[in-house]
Amino acid sequence: MKKIRVSLRVNGRIFTLETDPNRRLIDVLREDLNFTGVKEGCGIGECGACTVLMNGKPVNSCLVLIGQAEGSEVVTIEGLKGKNGELHPLQEAFIEAGAVQCGYCIPGMILSAEALLQNNPHPTEDLIKEAISGNLCRCTGYRQIIDAVKIASKKIARKE
Amino acid sequence: MAGEKDKAKQIERSVPRVDAEEKISGKAQYIADLKLEGMLHAKTLRSTRSRAKITSIDIPNLPEGYFIVDKNDVPGQNRVKMIENDWPFFAEDEVNFYGEPILLVVGPERGEIGKILSSITVHYEDMEPVLTMEEAEEKGDCYFAEYSFSNGDPEKAFKEAYRIIEDSYSTGYQEHAYLEPQGMIGVYENGKITVYGSLQCPYYVKPALVQGFGWEDDRIRVVQTTTGGGFGGKEEYPSVIAGHAAFAAYKTGKPVKLIYDRKEDIETTTKRHPSVIRFRTALDRDNRITGMEVDIRLNAGAYTGLSNVVLQRAMFCCTGVYNIPDVRVMGKTIATNTVPCGALRGFGAPQAIFAIEMHIHNLAVMLGENPVEYKIKHLAGRGDRTVTGGFYREEIKLEEMLEKALDMGGYGDVSVFGSHLNQGGNEKYRGFGVSFFLHGGGFTGSGERDVIKGKVALKRRKDGKVEIMVSSVEMGQGPQTTLRKIVASTLGLPMTEILYENPDTDRVPDSGPTVASRTAMVVGFLLQGAAEELKNRWEEEDEIDVVKEYHHPDYVKWDQDAFRGDAYPAYSWGVNIAEVELDSLTYQVNVKGVWGVYDVGRPIDELIVRGQMEGGIVQGLGYAVTENLVITDGRVLQNSLTDYIIPTSRDVPGLLKVDFVDNPYEYGPGGAKGAGEIPHDGIAPAVAAAVQNALGFPIKKIPITPEYLKEVAENAFTIRS
Repeated sequence: MKKIRVSLRVNGRIFTLETDPNRRLIDVLREDLNFTGVKEGCGIGECGACTVLMNGKPVNSCLVLIGQAEGSEVVTIEGLKGKNGELHPLQEAFIEAGAVQCGYCIPGMILSAEALLQNNPHPTEDLIKEAISGNLCRCTGYRQIIDAVKIASKKIARKE
Repeated sequence: MAGEKDKAKQIERSVPRVDAEEKISGKAQYIADLKLEGMLHAKTLRSTRSRAKITSIDIPNLPEGYFIVDKNDVPGQNRVKMIENDWPFFAEDEVNFYGEPILLVVGPERGEIGKILSSITVHYEDMEPVLTMEEAEEKGDCYFAEYSFSNGDPEKAFKEAYRIIEDSYSTGYQEHAYLEPQGMIGVYENGKITVYGSLQCPYYVKPALVQGFGWEDDRIRVVQTTTGGGFGGKEEYPSVIAGHAAFAAYKTGKPVKLIYDRKEDIETTTKRHPSVIRFRTALDRDNRITGMEVDIRLNAGAYTGLSNVVLQRAMFCCTGVYNIPDVRVMGKTIATNTVPCGALRGFGAPQAIFAIEMHIHNLAVMLGENPVEYKIKHLAGRGDRTVTGGFYREEIKLEEMLEKALDMGGYGDVSVFGSHLNQGGNEKYRGFGVSFFLHGGGFTGSGERDVIKGKVALKRRKDGKVEIMVSSVEMGQGPQTTLRKIVASTLGLPMTEILYENPDTDRVPDSGPTVASRTAMVVGFLLQGAAEELKNRWEEEDEIDVVKEYHHPDYVKWDQDAFRGDAYPAYSWGVNIAEVELDSLTYQVNVKGVWGVYDVGRPIDELIVRGQMEGGIVQGLGYAVTENLVITDGRVLQNSLTDYIIPTSRDVPGLLKVDFVDNPYEYGPGGAKGAGEIPHDGIAPAVAAAVQNALGFPIKKIPITPEYLKEVAENAFTIRS
């Protein structure tokens, strides 16, 4: 198979690689770049565990062929930081609300919430539910996750 | 005294979860995240028949570095050690269910492995499969187990009955749908096998490998990696995958990683048992229940696995929270050529509790009584006998809990649950339902004493830190935090002084499997005792090792052959109220509110236990309404998360409230009883009661799909006209 050359920026760093064109963004992130915070739960875009931000939008990285990511700006959970390298307000809030159980859905969940808060720092509960509806969680029943996003929204408002 | 109680209740105060930071930062390493030098990948070739003889297998010439691993590569016994010895690691001369593993293809590139798999041809000689419980019973000779026991004098109760009512309920499959698919890495080094993986029970996997290799204990090591949810699905099944990865590592001499994809995980790993539960109930002239016969059938699938123990738990809770003096209980696990069923949160209780709750509900409806009032009339109290003739020794606070739930939901009294509310042409029907339930903590009967014999250790190191040495795992339910908290609070140390690594069988004793709502209650209590001893010995120099072994509370009396006595040392209790709205055209069930009040003794950490309750409620809502898994012609029809519908954030009721009553248990750490499973037990009957309340006809089956409701509605209409 003829390899393609792809350049993309991940968590602020530019990576250029030669790779098979049938590989997915998740494969490159996990296997080549070692961003294993990107989780695979289904491989067909159903569970949201592999959610990353691509040009600011949440995408299932298992549904993105690597060629489609050419020139894009990708953020994984490893790239999410608060100011001065502290925890991001969403990360703090997830701890405070007890929103983390097995943790497998959490990186994707936090990134979907981040995309929401970037666009709308004060979302209603319905908007929060909608924003994370593509991220399945089997442990929490979502209540504490929704609470965490609300707490983060307040934290961000305070910091602004 | 109030001051002392406040102090004792401090354990409830929540602390940040110990495992949260590595999980929110993406640093936690799950099995799929691990890479070892020279590691190979593996993929499983599976049966495409429900029952057949394998006559031959055509395997192409393999490229260099690729291997086939099958039954001939099992050095010891080709049987996965569980309770019965009937489940092969790899199929031998015949296959018994669609998806049964036949062999592995192992090699460096997953693409190439896929090509090799698709070029292998298995030749079968088909045999006639048995695909349903009905077919199996027609053909006969199909039971893995047949049990029965009685309490009181059921014959007399039925002879003297004023009337006798018969009734039957059924429940469907349930898939665990943990977000992290199953996976293992096997390593063979210096004559020793090490398996790393996503699992609940390191000391189930180890003996399975010891038997599979036929080696001494000390040549097998099992290490748990961060586990992305289990719910029972990683109780017994990981032994199968661990065997595969280990045999492949042994044959190839390289580390072998075997990660399931979602489709094969849904199709081929264990499920919750479908059930059919029949009742025959004797009433006296005052409509009081005097006797009951309960007959439970579980579809076990192709191999025994844990099915007989699941059946026992279903039988031991089949009269629910009620005091029914004269009872006869029968149970059967039925073999079929379908995917083996196994442990799933609740372990037989969700089936039995759904059935008994709806049966009592329907008796009340038939007798013209309010179902909640009718249930209250029959509630068991302290000192009453359990279905196995043991005793309820704790105060049973169900009525107080109901009051609390009614307050939380803003219901003045129970009248709303009685009448059928929404006859007529409204577009939306509303309904309200209540369930009462219980869950026995720990292993059934004398299992903790005679089978598990849990052992824990605490090690005070030279640097003064204290390490928890147990085989109990964190899989999301919180022991990394709660067990540390128990030890820290007993020793009066900050939690940061307590260490607790993921279990490694070379380092930790066998504190038992991470199942049966036993980790906080049983393992936590042993650790509390160990910490008390360590505190007394604190002034000793050097390292200190304290070991504690399980001792049954003296009051527990149990006869495992007769199923007689105290099946569990203590029970947790729950009350659920559910409020539903139904679309009158589509019959879509929309759960608008759920209120849950629980007696789990005393929660070790309020936020963690709340998370368990809410998560269990939502998983139970899926079981009740949307999680429809059907096997047709031996094949799982819903093999993706699109077709098998677990709740999303948008399916969570707008009102979901959880609270607790304080009822500390003497033999639990800080007063704790079991908490992990009970929230799943009660939600289906509360929702079913609410749907019945809305529509006015009996609900006898879960999941409550629109198709089922339409069918029931049409039948109800036919009968009326």
